[in-house]
Amino acid sequence: MQKFLEQWPTVFNALNIGFLQTLKLFAVTLIGALPLGLLICFGTMSKIKPVSMILKLVVWVVRGTPLMIQLLIIYYFPGLIFGTSIWGSGEAGRFTASAVAFVFNYACYFSEIYRGGIAAVPIGQREAGLVLGMTKKQIFGRITLLQMIKRIVPPISNEVITLVKDTSLARIIALQEIIWAGQSFLKGSHGIAGEIWPLFFTAIYYLLFTGVLTILLGKLEKKLEFFR
Amino acid sequence: MAVLEVKNIEKHFGDTKVLNDISFSLERGSALAIIGSSGSGKTTLLRCLNFLEKPDGGEIFVNGEKIFDAGDTSKLSEKELRARRLHFGLVFQNFNLFPQYTALQNVTLAEELFKKEEEGYAAGNKEYRKAELKKVQQHGMELLEKMGLAERANHYPHQLSGGQQQRVAIARALALNPDILLFDEPTSALDPELTGEVLKVIRSLADQHTTMIIVTHEMAFARDVADSVIFMDGGYIIEQGPAKEVIENPKMERTKQFLSHYNE
Ligand SMILES: Nc1ncnc2c1ncn2[C@@H]1O[C@H](COP(=O)(O)OP(=O)(O)OP(=O)(O)O)[C@@H](O)[C@H]1O
Ligand SMILES: [Mg+2]
Repeated sequence: MQKFLEQWPTVFNALNIGFLQTLKLFAVTLIGALPLGLLICFGTMSKIKPVSMILKLVVWVVRGTPLMIQLLIIYYFPGLIFGTSIWGSGEAGRFTASAVAFVFNYACYFSEIYRGGIAAVPIGQREAGLVLGMTKKQIFGRITLLQMIKRIVPPISNEVITLVKDTSLARIIALQEIIWAGQSFLKGSHGIAGEIWPLFFTAIYYLLFTGVLTILLGKLEKKLEFFR
Repeated sequence: MAVLEVKNIEKHFGDTKVLNDISFSLERGSALAIIGSSGSGKTTLLRCLNFLEKPDGGEIFVNGEKIFDAGDTSKLSEKELRARRLHFGLVFQNFNLFPQYTALQNVTLAEELFKKEEEGYAAGNKEYRKAELKKVQQHGMELLEKMGLAERANHYPHQLSGGQQQRVAIARALALNPDILLFDEPTSALDPELTGEVLKVIRSLADQHTTMIIVTHEMAFARDVADSVIFMDGGYIIEQGPAKEVIENPKMERTKQFLSHYNE
């Protein structure tokens, strides 16, 4: 107990710094992947056959392979080809590479969810808009979009919760997120070595964060209950 | 002069011919009922009129202006297409109200969007815009009142009965003052006890000389409310004429056969 109290401030501080990096990756992924997913979704529904075929293939590959491998390829592959890493050195480089991999991976998942959401809006809604002289843009913005959002909030929520935990995969390229921070006390850091409890302790962070998100996303779902 | 003139409309889906040589005309202020068994092409005909489907042959005139010519292959701009569509209002069988909007918002949405596209609106100041939007709201309220739904203006569709929803849909179709109002089996998705309130509204529109085409399976209603009737079968117009005459004394064998199912 004595030892724990001595170690706590150091560990707490290091975990907080790691968690900040986790949060940053989480936020950047959502900000990038939510709109990119919509673009990919429109692309896969495009009437231009080559565009939709290629994008469908890309989505299939991305969804069919582990994110961990995608991280490794995106981080190391350019270096193998060009001789130097295009991501820059150090933590900033690792973060950029992680962000690219995560945004791309999650955008592919989101695109499929969007597609389902759009397909679930009855065709009669679009036709009712057309008959009222609305443009395609107005129909999407004023009619389809909110109905689609209502339908995709639950599956997107699941992905968001999964993303919180998936950020730990960036550990594989040594991004200094919270798992890396916890693990450092096992190998030795800040004068502490051979301690496993900081690593276990990271679970509390994930749990609290997913808890808060679950409540917020539940509120959003409630907000959209005013129509059916 | 005829408001609507349809000449030799043809339509096929793949190899199946759904409309064959459909020609008829409609006088301003009159109501036309289209009857016929399931699959005879009634819905497809209405959809061809407002370009939800593109006919493969024929011509359509509204107020003497040619709005469709199958022989003309030049592509219409979206703007032109929209303008031509607005000659018609369409009431769907299953209402198709926008669930995220209240009854009033459903009625005013399109008019509001058109208002905002007007040059004068964009150029006007804040007070002017507010007044213009207020006018749209008032117009929407008037239409709902006409449908007997003034107290339901702020209800969402899922809070309304089927009959009320269909009446909102009628108000919505009237909002842009179409030349011709189209109904596709407006009561067939409704419980029998709710059809009456919708038929009453359509009847009152007919009394006010709204130009209408009504696809319906309610023969008594067609006979009493419509001025003329078209009977379709297998994509052909088999018989057309004054409503009372066609329904009470059909000349064609197939019309007689069809109508006999309703007289049991
Ligand atoms: N999009 C489509 N693709 C292929 N066939 C279609 C399509 N729409 C309609 N049809 C066919 O066209 C024919 C006419 O259909 P339509 O819906 O116009 O009939 P209807 O007279 O309205 O019938 P109902 O009384 O059942 O509403 C039917 O045989 C139908 O299967
Ligand atoms: Mg039909």
